[in-house]
Amino acid sequence: MTESTMKAPKKALRPVKWMRENLFSGWFNTVLTLGVAYLLVTSVGPLLNWFFLDANFVGSDPSACTGVGACWLFISQRLNFFIYGFYPDELQWRVDVMFLLLAVSFVPQFIERFPGRKWLGLFGIFGLPIVGYFLIPGGSFGLEEVQSSKWGGLMLTLILAYIGIIASLPIGILLALGRRSEMPIIRGICVVFIEVWRAVPLITVLFMASVMLPLFLPEGVNFEKLARALIGITLWQSAYMAEVIRGGLQAIPRGQYEAADALGLGYWRKMGLVILPQALKMVIPGIVNTFISLFKDTTLVLIIGLFDILGTVQSTVTDPAWQNVAIEGYVFVAFCFWVFCFGISRYSQNLERKLDTGHKT
Amino acid sequence: MKKQTIDTRPAGPKPWYDPRVRSLFFQAIAIALVFWGGWILVDNTLSNMESRGISTGFGFLGETAGFGIIMNLVPYDATMSYGRTFWVGLTNTLLVSAMGVVAATILGFIIGVARLSSNWLVAKMALVYIEVIRNIPLLLQIFFWYFAVLSNLPSPRQSVDVGGALFLNNRGLYLPDPVTQEGFGIVWGGILLAIAAVVGIRIWAKKRQLATGQIFPTFKVGVAILVLVPIISYLVAGRPLEWDLPALRGFNFGGGITIIPELAALWIALSLYTASFIAEIVRSGILSVSKGQTEASKALGLPNGLTLRLVVIPQAMRVIIPPLTSQYLNLVKNSSLATAIGYPDLVAVFMGTTLNQTGQAVEVVAITMAVYLTISLLISLFMNIYNRAVAIKER
Repeated sequence: MTESTMKAPKKALRPVKWMRENLFSGWFNTVLTLGVAYLLVTSVGPLLNWFFLDANFVGSDPSACTGVGACWLFISQRLNFFIYGFYPDELQWRVDVMFLLLAVSFVPQFIERFPGRKWLGLFGIFGLPIVGYFLIPGGSFGLEEVQSSKWGGLMLTLILAYIGIIASLPIGILLALGRRSEMPIIRGICVVFIEVWRAVPLITVLFMASVMLPLFLPEGVNFEKLARALIGITLWQSAYMAEVIRGGLQAIPRGQYEAADALGLGYWRKMGLVILPQALKMVIPGIVNTFISLFKDTTLVLIIGLFDILGTVQSTVTDPAWQNVAIEGYVFVAFCFWVFCFGISRYSQNLERKLDTGHKT
Repeated sequence: MKKQTIDTRPAGPKPWYDPRVRSLFFQAIAIALVFWGGWILVDNTLSNMESRGISTGFGFLGETAGFGIIMNLVPYDATMSYGRTFWVGLTNTLLVSAMGVVAATILGFIIGVARLSSNWLVAKMALVYIEVIRNIPLLLQIFFWYFAVLSNLPSPRQSVDVGGALFLNNRGLYLPDPVTQEGFGIVWGGILLAIAAVVGIRIWAKKRQLATGQIFPTFKVGVAILVLVPIISYLVAGRPLEWDLPALRGFNFGGGITIIPELAALWIALSLYTASFIAEIVRSGILSVSKGQTEASKALGLPNGLTLRLVVIPQAMRVIIPPLTSQYLNLVKNSSLATAIGYPDLVAVFMGTTLNQTGQAVEVVAITMAVYLTISLLISLFMNIYNRAVAIKER
């Protein structure tokens, strides 16, 4: 029979064929499939019951929770605290405005061909911190002042991660350039700075920022606890950022450097006009990934006494009025982080695929 | 006739356009800035410490600590010095890091391989595990295991009992403790002898294979020697080992080995979290070995097991090792989250209690950071040596 006369393969019974190939090929796979399926079936049922069927969603006080399933009432009752911390109720619209601006500038980044999404993104990076600087603490333009000790919850988590990443970007660029510099002393200083920060855990950095920073500063100069934590996080993050950017700098072919030299550009113009635009574009996925890990690491600030989203939940699950709501609280926080991190990492993978123009050697 | 030559070359660059001069100038400025900044910091710190009455120097390490620590691998009680608390903290950090590295590596390799399984269900389960675990903060996972799972275990009186030797309750996991009796030296001797014999056999088998092409079943013989020789020497020495079983005394258990819930929670969370990252590393490592390599070894007639062992794994390891190293480093650094649940690691004991009691922030923080720096440098040094050993030897 020649090729042209061969019949197309049978399309019937596709699921059966698929199962035989992917689930039951050989005795080992069959045993494995049956074992995993058994575990799934026995665990998913009770979990579903706990999460939804036996769970309590409505009510107004702890007595509405039966204790059989999850007590989601706890979350909905305390949601305000988990999102805004101690931020005064009547001023929370300011935080809401920031949430809205954040969403407006970054959600379109997920949508291809959204008109002007590049400008929205640039606003998110450069404009948003300025707006936030005036809006959240208040104290100017007739806005009532809100002490940073009252900030908390999800809002504080976002502030820490956001400022940490934005502030560490320029420092990271300078460190990366310094590490690739031809001047041995500058290179040495940058290497030592980067490696020391990368070697120590964030907790020691936060401890250092909260205990030692006041000792370093001249008398009379004092930062609030949040500002100290931010300084620590920024310095620590800038070392990681520097390594990501260095990866991009190294990936730029030598010819680009030489071409810039041949054009007679000086060092800063060579870097600013030729090398960095290419290198930064190349490392956007890496920057996004460091952002994800920083976002998760911001939970550590609860150890030095700041109330981020995990801190607010941790301080309420021990409330004796609600019995045993620790799991509900943790599931809620885990869900918040998971949505953010998973979404952003998907975005970064997408970006990586798009930026991969096949020029890699 | 000699012609007079006129030098028409332009004059040399002005000194401030000379790259070497510029580079020297900028480096001098950098050094000056670093020293100036450092001097300001030191000056501020000294004057601040003086005005607050904080003493300086490392004399405090010899003073009596006066606080108890719930878990110590080196002998410790409250009458010992602050210097001793440092060692207690350090050994606890190293213990949980080592336990975490082992568990995370095993689990990570299993999940990484499962991710590539031809079994659809297994591969999807591995994917779900990875995507869920690595997108949730580690601190939250530690809290979950400590406050939500382990503290909900039964009390000591109702503890889970496995054969009267193993007990699990909300105060920890209690295991029997092997106590060596007189004559256990013979067993140690047997174990050493077995290891030496296996190494010898391996060298001999390799030589023989190179010379004659015959393959000796090194693995099976080696396992047999490693199991049998210590058992025989144990019996010969007259069973010089007794088990110290944990037992309920009053309100709590005594005897045996205790794994406190703080250690267990930290260990479980660290291992599960790091395993999800290691799994991805293993997956990309295995995928990086091109299909041609597997096909070539099949063409040579190697069976599946040998293909995996001699062709795929050695090449995959080359890609796996560098990122694996940084995961190990992350695990060691993340073990400092212990302080959040009160496991007495270096940060919790030394940077926490000792710092609070002595107030000597600068010295304590400097020592702690130096320890982490040393651990990081040591791990990357060992891994670099290993990496060089497995790197491609191009001719």
